[in-house]
Amino acid sequence: MNYHRALKSAVAALALAMPLGWSCTATAQDAVNLRMTIWSANEAHLKLFNEIAAGFEKDHPNVTVTYESLPFDTYTTALTTQIAGGNAPDMAWIFETAAYDFVNSGALFPLSDTLKATKGYNLEELSASAAERWSKDGKLYAYPFSTSPFAMFVNNDLIKASGAKPPAELIAADQWSWDNAIATASAVGQTGKGGLIVRDFNYQIWQNLASVWNGWGASPWSADGKACTMAEKPMVDALTFIHDAIFKKKAIPGPGENVDFFAGNAAMTITQISRASLLPKENPFAWDLVPLPKGPAGNYALIGQAGLGVMQTGKNAKTAAEFVAYMTNPENSAKLSQFFPSARKSLLNAEVLKKTNPLLSQEQIDKVVISGIATGKVIPGHTGFAQIQQAVRSGLDAIWRPDADIPGTLLKICGQIGPLLKR
Amino acid sequence: MAVAQDHASPEGRSSSPFWTIARRDSLAGFLFIAPQLVGIIVFVLIPLGLVFWYSLHEWNVLANTFTYTGAQNYQMLIEDSNLLEVLGATAVFSAGLVVFNLSLALLLAILLNQRLAGITIFRTLFFSPVVVSLVAWTIVWGFLLQKNGGINGMLQVLGIEGPNWLREETTAMISVIVVQVFKNVGLNMILFLAALQGVPNELYEAARVDGAPRFKQFRRITLPLISPTILLTSIITIVGSLQVFAQIAVLTQGGPGLSTTVLVYYLYQQAFQFHFFGYGSTLSILLFLIVAVLTFAQWQMRKRIVFYES
Repeated sequence: MNYHRALKSAVAALALAMPLGWSCTATAQDAVNLRMTIWSANEAHLKLFNEIAAGFEKDHPNVTVTYESLPFDTYTTALTTQIAGGNAPDMAWIFETAAYDFVNSGALFPLSDTLKATKGYNLEELSASAAERWSKDGKLYAYPFSTSPFAMFVNNDLIKASGAKPPAELIAADQWSWDNAIATASAVGQTGKGGLIVRDFNYQIWQNLASVWNGWGASPWSADGKACTMAEKPMVDALTFIHDAIFKKKAIPGPGENVDFFAGNAAMTITQISRASLLPKENPFAWDLVPLPKGPAGNYALIGQAGLGVMQTGKNAKTAAEFVAYMTNPENSAKLSQFFPSARKSLLNAEVLKKTNPLLSQEQIDKVVISGIATGKVIPGHTGFAQIQQAVRSGLDAIWRPDADIPGTLLKICGQIGPLLKR
Repeated sequence: MAVAQDHASPEGRSSSPFWTIARRDSLAGFLFIAPQLVGIIVFVLIPLGLVFWYSLHEWNVLANTFTYTGAQNYQMLIEDSNLLEVLGATAVFSAGLVVFNLSLALLLAILLNQRLAGITIFRTLFFSPVVVSLVAWTIVWGFLLQKNGGINGMLQVLGIEGPNWLREETTAMISVIVVQVFKNVGLNMILFLAALQGVPNELYEAARVDGAPRFKQFRRITLPLISPTILLTSIITIVGSLQVFAQIAVLTQGGPGLSTTVLVYYLYQQAFQFHFFGYGSTLSILLFLIVAVLTFAQWQMRKRIVFYES
């Protein structure tokens, strides 16, 4: 008797629980959790991203957006490991150097249709040059949300103390050339402080040297990316100039020497303008932001980019694309541009940029930011970049010594990367 | 009555119970080793099989393709122009590490095998790097070995201009070896210390009575009696040296050139940086074979060079 009663109760409970369970399953199926991998762990950045996510979640109550900060140095490795492990994020930031790999492999969900269909998005104001690396066959695969020009921060206190002219004076006299910039750095270097630091180069991230060699019109490979041009005259001349600056003029700290510009220990540093946030608030020094000096090939600018893409393998690629459209719409792009300069034409004016970059003067914004974004070439990138980067890094080690054979080494590097470029 | 009849039946008498003591003991034994066995199957044997399977494929993570290519990756291994240099760097690193580590560990163990007041403090001091986080240890050494770092600062006080430790091929390899030796020498030192303390004192007394000098005592008594420990430590050190990764990744990233690119680091680059997971797996198989052959060879050599009291 007890057995039958228990059986009846169990059946009744099951009958009640099943629809409940079904409804829960239905809700769980509708719920969409989007995950975006990023390389920033900056609190101010995350606060803004979460605000943007909250705005999207308001209109899409079933969607939640989370950001996963991965270490900057090993970001692409960590991202591809996640993909290999079957745990790909829905959306990911992508370095400009890795852009070709992601775009050409088919790893990314095409964004053009979603962006165009978003009301008020106005995709046309993104210049073709800004979108070039992120597009294939006329379709945009990742949105370049950050287009940050490289410029030179200078420490006028150290420069004046060394007896050299501050760069602003050289610019006014139309003498802001690489020869004079290195002479200034060398003068400071003789005082025991550091001269010029190409930030993050550290004798490994050689692509950052494009901020110097572009002044000679040099490039590691041809425009179509198929042929190595490292052994050609512009590159040999540019690297000879850099080599002399390191080993003869002591204008650039040598390999294995660590000097921090933002701690007030060096005359000048080439970096992206977003690094202005590193300028010291306590014990500040007199600093200036100037464009990159004129090289033998004339004036030039270099930009770094970061793209935002949606993973093709994600279950919620369509919703993720809608979030990317929301995150990068004109209104949110304006908010993002306080940290990540936007390539949207409507945001490339002094009025907007002054609001978002309060540390910079009107002149600095005009001469460095607007002109840099408008005319700058993007830092070198290629399909299979990690392998090419490693081969060149390993080859260039032979140049970073006083008695280097620069043309011979560059020829050897071309021999090594030639087959990789053709793949 | 029926029960009594059942028991009396011939079938009942002849059938012995299934759970005999021997079977019960076996089951208990298997249950005890089961967690370890499951762990080995899940975390060692299956991944090993998978790595071999991956080595027969071209796995493009970004394009999400996994194509069977047969022995193509093994062909690539033979034709890889960097591999010889990488294996050379691996051999130099392993040989340098084993020789330096074992001789320093033995020397320290002999020095610390004294009955002196406060000797435990020295033993603790020399052992302490073993328990320090490897990456933290390496990062600190990275700063010390910079051109304008602590080591060259000290040398400058003595009027010596130190080299650019991590940027020159020879000194970079020496630096990586020394950093690794100082990190782990304490472990081998403790093993040697235990072995030295196990050598019977009477043997030394008898040798002294026979007039044997100290070096001869060391060569004829100490070395043979601690030879099993030398074998053990050399196997551990060689296998460990072939797995070095963090030190290379933090200190030199394989440079300058390929001078400190050891096999594990090369494998990591191929698989995780260049996204050639298939070729990376092939390099893993090569590493596995090298470790297996070296361990087997050392184990075979024990009969010739190791002295067992029993």
